[in-house]
Amino acid sequence: MNNLLKKDALAQYAAQIGDNGLIIGHRMSEWCFRCPAIEMEMALMNCALDLIGQARALYSYAGTADGQGKTEDDYAYLRDEPDFRNALLTEAPNGDWGDTIVRLFFMSAYNKLFFTALAESTDSQLAAIGAKSLKEVTYHLRFSSEWMIRLGDGTEESHRRVQKSVDQLWPYTGELFTMTEAEETLLKDGVSVDVRLLKPEWDQIVNDILAQATLSRPQNDWAQSGSKAKGIHSEEFGYIITDMQFLQRRYPGCEW
Amino acid sequence: MTAIQKTFDSAEIWTILEGIKDPEIPVLSIVDLGIARDVRVHDAKAQDAGNSENGQLEIIISPTYSGCPAMYMLEQEIRKTLTNHGYPTPMITTSLSPAWTTDWMTEEGKRKLEAYGIAPPEKTTRNKAVLFGGQKKIACPKCKSTNSEQISEFGSTACKALYRCRDCKEPFDYFKCI
Repeated sequence: MNNLLKKDALAQYAAQIGDNGLIIGHRMSEWCFRCPAIEMEMALMNCALDLIGQARALYSYAGTADGQGKTEDDYAYLRDEPDFRNALLTEAPNGDWGDTIVRLFFMSAYNKLFFTALAESTDSQLAAIGAKSLKEVTYHLRFSSEWMIRLGDGTEESHRRVQKSVDQLWPYTGELFTMTEAEETLLKDGVSVDVRLLKPEWDQIVNDILAQATLSRPQNDWAQSGSKAKGIHSEEFGYIITDMQFLQRRYPGCEW
Repeated sequence: MTAIQKTFDSAEIWTILEGIKDPEIPVLSIVDLGIARDVRVHDAKAQDAGNSENGQLEIIISPTYSGCPAMYMLEQEIRKTLTNHGYPTPMITTSLSPAWTTDWMTEEGKRKLEAYGIAPPEKTTRNKAVLFGGQKKIACPKCKSTNSEQISEFGSTACKALYRCRDCKEPFDYFKCI
């Protein structure tokens, strides 16, 4: 354990946080022109833009920490599947509007707590990104919470469907609170966030909103894992990067 | 265009920056918005060859939102405008800390925003723990009535929310405070 060089751990850590933002942001952008109403579309695209913007700042920083001259584009477009260390939750398919909202809600509740803690990092750039991102994810949490309540406490059909989304996505939430080697390595200097400590408060937020939404919390806390620690993804992930990286793979170095 | 760099004049540089407008809200300059944070002049001796003998000019900018698509364009605009005014090769640095807040918007900026038809941001609230509620009464920029309601928390750009006036029935943008 802890054989990782601090420099490499920092690069991995920044990239891993960025991966969460890029992948869920990309997933949300897949809704573009497909949302049920224009307000929902604008909201989802605005949130996606925030998340992808956060990823850009994190990838740029990872490139600096790595010291090999990698750019944000190298991180997003030229890495292969096992290099991405996003949480499995972020790559879950869009499904219906309820699935997308539940995924965003679970992730935003985590992001709010995570970025609050990251804003206190001893690494000044991570702290700056944390403080900046916190303002944005607070909006995401409010937006997705309102929708959780609207769907859960809505019609019989919306309740049934969003409960199904909660049940289906639940096994992917536990991975958020597991530590990677990079996170462990950086913990003693106060650079990384101890995500295990965020779980009780996350539970509180989730329980509160689920109750308001008249939804029930799944009882089985068994968690699927593999992506965050080892880069082992779900089948869907390959399709995400195939779509996202196509242009740079087909036309290397292509610029706007 | 101009090859020879002038002696740095901070006041003039700020005036030049005031001429650069936000592409989404063309009545506001990057100074009104608080995007342009600082103008710094670095000693010539510390600089690499290729920079002016008068030293290096650095402009510090801060993005409103992480994903603001206007930032790259603004950087190019700052570079181009300063070059045209005789300050070539400015260095443009993006600063994330402290994070941009609507509190940095100038009073003049808020007046221009309202005249343009966008309700200006309220002062930020410190209590970030409250998830719902605390919805502020936003005055309609047309008829000034505060009898308004939020239609959508997200508007045409990341920095705006959509409201509707219940009195004059006009929908309007509100520059949300962060």
